[in-house]
Amino acid sequence: MSSDEIGMIIDEVIKGPDGKPLLLPLLYKIQEKFGYISKNTAHEIAKKTKIPFSTIYGVITFYDMLYTEPKGKHIIRICNSPSCYLNNLVTLIKFLELLLNIKSGQTTKDKKISLEIVSCLGCCDKSPAMMINDQVYGNLNEHKIKKIISRLR
Amino acid sequence: MKITLNGKKIKCEEEQTILQVAKKQGIKIPTLCYSERFHPKSVCRVCLVEVNGKMMPSCSTKVKERMVIDTESQRVLKARKINTELLISEHKEHLTQTKKHELCVLAKDVGVRQTRFSTIGKIHNPNEGIGIARDDNKCILCGKCIQACEMQNVNAIDFAYRSYHTKITPAFEGRIDDSVCIHCGQCILACPVNAIYEKDSIKDVEKALKNKHVFVQTAPAVRASLGEEFGLEPGTLVTGKMVSALRKLGFKEVFDTQFGADLTIMEEATELVERVKKNKNLPMITSCCPAWIKYIEHFYPELLNHVSTCKSPHEMFGAVLKNYYIENSRIKKKNAVVVSIMPCTAKKFEAQRKELNKDVDYVLTTRELARMIKNHRINFNNLKEDNFDAPLGISSGAATLFGATGGVTEAALRTAYELETGKDLEILEFNQIRGLKNVKEGNIMINGHDLTFVVVNGLHYAKELLEQIKKGECKYDFIEVMSCPGGCIGGGGQPIPTTKEIIKKRMQALYVNDENKIIRRSYENPAIKLLYKEYLGRPLSEKAEELLHTKYTKRGI
Repeated sequence: MSSDEIGMIIDEVIKGPDGKPLLLPLLYKIQEKFGYISKNTAHEIAKKTKIPFSTIYGVITFYDMLYTEPKGKHIIRICNSPSCYLNNLVTLIKFLELLLNIKSGQTTKDKKISLEIVSCLGCCDKSPAMMINDQVYGNLNEHKIKKIISRLR
Repeated sequence: MKITLNGKKIKCEEEQTILQVAKKQGIKIPTLCYSERFHPKSVCRVCLVEVNGKMMPSCSTKVKERMVIDTESQRVLKARKINTELLISEHKEHLTQTKKHELCVLAKDVGVRQTRFSTIGKIHNPNEGIGIARDDNKCILCGKCIQACEMQNVNAIDFAYRSYHTKITPAFEGRIDDSVCIHCGQCILACPVNAIYEKDSIKDVEKALKNKHVFVQTAPAVRASLGEEFGLEPGTLVTGKMVSALRKLGFKEVFDTQFGADLTIMEEATELVERVKKNKNLPMITSCCPAWIKYIEHFYPELLNHVSTCKSPHEMFGAVLKNYYIENSRIKKKNAVVVSIMPCTAKKFEAQRKELNKDVDYVLTTRELARMIKNHRINFNNLKEDNFDAPLGISSGAATLFGATGGVTEAALRTAYELETGKDLEILEFNQIRGLKNVKEGNIMINGHDLTFVVVNGLHYAKELLEQIKKGECKYDFIEVMSCPGGCIGGGGQPIPTTKEIIKKRMQALYVNDENKIIRRSYENPAIKLLYKEYLGRPLSEKAEELLHTKYTKRGI
């Protein structure tokens, strides 16, 4: 993650009224390129854009889909909002954890799969729902999950 | 515009918030996260009122034509109580510890004695820095500290995470000392629950008092505010009582930082005259404020050559004491300990700087001194007045002004004028740079040169000046910057509360103190004259450069 690469991405992002790049699109692009936003990367952004370091950290931690640590190749995001919760979510999470042999928020040893619990995915109509990378899977049950995961591996 | 407020039809101006209108009508609405200094955030929800039957925060809701507002309905009172209880449940110590803080006052105000909600079991280690410390266990997430930090243009802390995981922290939950925090302590004054506080040095000082020869020096701003901790009116000068209290606490010799201030002026005024003559590194910027120094080291390191090389007054004092004064006495250097009583938390950081060789060992804030006096059961208000010890306790009125914004400039000009013209200045008061305005400018003719100066308090306003210097558009010769609003009298180590009105009163006290002094110009101070004659030679001499001047570090963000 060289400083030049970060500089190039900063130049690409649209600027706000104060002349600074818009932070969310910037962080999203950085993550797209590097997979996550490390402390050093965030510091580099702060230095280059003059956006306070603490603010950048605040934004990264506020959003579930921005990471400060490297994640697996596939990211499973399982929805934790009321509709999903009422539809047997807790059991499903436990099932997933057992299946992958990790706790939620962790990544498998082979760095292939990360499991995240996130806020509403907006798919309440097919709850319980989860997202794997950009794909949404709804009306989940244990059998369905097993099938989907085996395809990932 | 006409509105109905608590059943009464009243006229009010547009663009005002309900809170402002109510205040004018003499109706008190309780607040917690609100402060006149900051943009309202409406996070605490205790200023709720009923507007046309809807609950709205009065601090951020603006009045509209024909609005019907009720500030005291049963629904409002109940909501306020619940919200206060929720706030208290966030605060780990609930209401037990500090009687004085705003949340306790609020609880009393709305009639809450205890909370029925339990805390989410969050336990954090306090984040202790050299100057200030944060205890997240007490934090109720009102965000005032973030706003205070933002006002200073520092932004060392911000909210992180979401929902009940939310916390206020430096980036990546780092230590305060690793962040860009300048230790100004404005967040301490803003915090309604004492979750941020100065790092306590009382223990170290008490230990030193037992077996060392401890010297103490007190800053000008402390004498104008210490009385408040003992129930005296803001603006009461307690110089004499403070000296007696310090003696009772066991300090061997009680000196005055104002001596250091006079010395600073001798050096700084000479430096200014030199720079103007050579037209080099202008504008010259003052270096008395340690928070300001750390700020420029972080954010504008390329402008460090503009900063005066003078150490701050208490550090100059420490250097003179540990070198000159001790040489002439029987005290061994390893037994000598220097304690500074300061209105400032950044001075704690400054005292740790390597380049200053620990000339000052410990720094206590005004609040810490008050705590110490109380712990020793000294009846402060009944103490007899006492005087500082000679010779390092002798000072001029100019030095007193250091405690208020504009003071350093005023003091420096009194001396610079004499240095250049050989004549005494006739009118000593520079009214254009007195008072609480954030940016004040003026000029004075010295030997045909029109010397222009500007005085800034609050770092928000300093940033604009620094940008001007960077672009080469700055028209001033001399810039004074104090980080805290009002200067040191509004410092982060001062008694809580420190409001604008209180700052004004403290400021007035310092001006009166200056007027009552016989010596009002630094170069007339006999102790200063003797010091130069016996030891330093002249301002900016080799010896003076070695002892009284310093260098700065480029830190970056």
